[in-house]
Amino acid sequence: MSAASVQSDSAVPALRVEGAWKSFGPNPVLRGIDLELAQHEVVCLIGASGSGKSTLLRCINLLEPVDAGRIYLQREELTAPGIDVNRVRRRIGIVFQAFNLFPHMTVLANVTLAPRKALGLSEREARERAVALLDRFGLGDKRDDYPDRLSGGQQQRVAIVRALAMEPDLLLLDEITSALDPELVAEVLNVIRELARAGMTMLIATHEMGFARDIASRVCFLDAGVILEQGLPGEMFSHPREARTQQFLQRIVEAGRL
Amino acid sequence: MSAFRGGRLDQGELVALRQAGLPPAGRRRDRTALRSTLVALLSTVVFFGVVGWIVVHAPGWPAVQRSFLNGTVWAQSAPDIVPAFSVNVELFCIAEVFILVLALILAVLRSLPGPVLFPLRLLATIYADFFRAVPGVLIIYLLGFGIPGLQINGVPNSPFFYAVVSLTLVYSAYVSEVYRAGIQSVHPSQDAAARSLGLTQFQALRYVVLPQAVRRVIPPLLNDFIGLQKDTVLVSYIGVVEIFRQSQIDEAATFNFTPYIVTALVFLVITVPLARFVDVLIARDRRRFLAGAR
Repeated sequence: MSAASVQSDSAVPALRVEGAWKSFGPNPVLRGIDLELAQHEVVCLIGASGSGKSTLLRCINLLEPVDAGRIYLQREELTAPGIDVNRVRRRIGIVFQAFNLFPHMTVLANVTLAPRKALGLSEREARERAVALLDRFGLGDKRDDYPDRLSGGQQQRVAIVRALAMEPDLLLLDEITSALDPELVAEVLNVIRELARAGMTMLIATHEMGFARDIASRVCFLDAGVILEQGLPGEMFSHPREARTQQFLQRIVEAGRL
Repeated sequence: MSAFRGGRLDQGELVALRQAGLPPAGRRRDRTALRSTLVALLSTVVFFGVVGWIVVHAPGWPAVQRSFLNGTVWAQSAPDIVPAFSVNVELFCIAEVFILVLALILAVLRSLPGPVLFPLRLLATIYADFFRAVPGVLIIYLLGFGIPGLQINGVPNSPFFYAVVSLTLVYSAYVSEVYRAGIQSVHPSQDAAARSLGLTQFQALRYVVLPQAVRRVIPPLLNDFIGLQKDTVLVSYIGVVEIFRQSQIDEAATFNFTPYIVTALVFLVITVPLARFVDVLIARDRRRFLAGAR
């Protein structure tokens, strides 16, 4: 999407995580994660709560520092000492479970803030970019509303648009439908489907197995801080190899989520 | 009447109420409200009547009346005293601007993360502790007499200047705590969202955290300003002729305390509406909060 990704060599992975470790106090959360995403790939992270999905995403976005291991965004090592975290974060979008829109700003101000302040776009450029994205995702008539006037689904779509307005090379989605009423989930997932079609590279932590099977080029099962198993969604969901994966998917099926 | 009996309405009464065009419950509620108002009015009148009777029948009342509520002195001193209040207003307005700015800087310093900035946090904390611990009137005395006493060239010696400085130092310590509570009330996920978009720490504070924090603390800020409004009289101690000093001058000239009553009334007239305004703001905030809005 952005100039950087157009110039980049498509043979270079969009994201590479090598042996990432992270502990909170005495509790290890990530215990040696290795993961690679090709350009335009959509990878879903599945696994029980506490398996490390959210922490992995937060580490990639440098909201949490890893204790050991390396993370590369294309050719650049994000874990190198002295790296400018603000510059890195401008290239990686993240959308949170709880939307985290800025409640004191209109939808348009939410979307234009970072392009203006972090990318240095003019008021007009930022506005044009924001309006185009809001229109594309059916939020054009909401631009002057405050977030508390919107439904959860609309708020989450605005949060996605806010991340996209930075034209990131990579988008991280952290259980973005978990806080939504069931009837609002589809509108958000459709946005992600459209992004996948448009070639956005995405790493998605999700509990929506049907969605993962549908959209992912690859599914990774996280268990106790390691990627225990990964593969094509069709194979993973129908013939999981590991006992833990089978157990997890069994519970999902019982809960009626697959 | 049935409402006073407190029992159920019989069939005949219900028909009568319906004919009067009022639902029984609504009419009973109106009655209850009316009765509450009457009871409140009556008990107020009785209470203040009794207090007033005791005061005016006290043995010393005629003397007190002469020295505190003297019509002649009132007429003489009010034209001196009321204009002197403009000095208090001026003090208040100038100090308030400095307080809002200095307190915000202090609050931000105390909210900065990271071990490197520990000395700044420490200094800001010591400042807040010191100026909240020492009585304001002492600060006014020490600065107002002490610094001009050093006789350094170019250092101002106007009492008004030190009045503004002292009030700013003391009140910014309190107000910084109010700001800080506001900053802490903004959920960390707001900061995380701002930082994840590539905004710097300062930008996240400036555009995301502070606007939300300040909005939440406007009622307690106004509350502190009611206190500041009254504490402007403390600067009379270093020779600023403001409303209280003027009433002391008039008291000394007439050997009568009526000027103080005039001064007290001026403050009541200014401060009570401000206090009610703060109540309205707090009530509005509460309603918004309960409605789940911003």
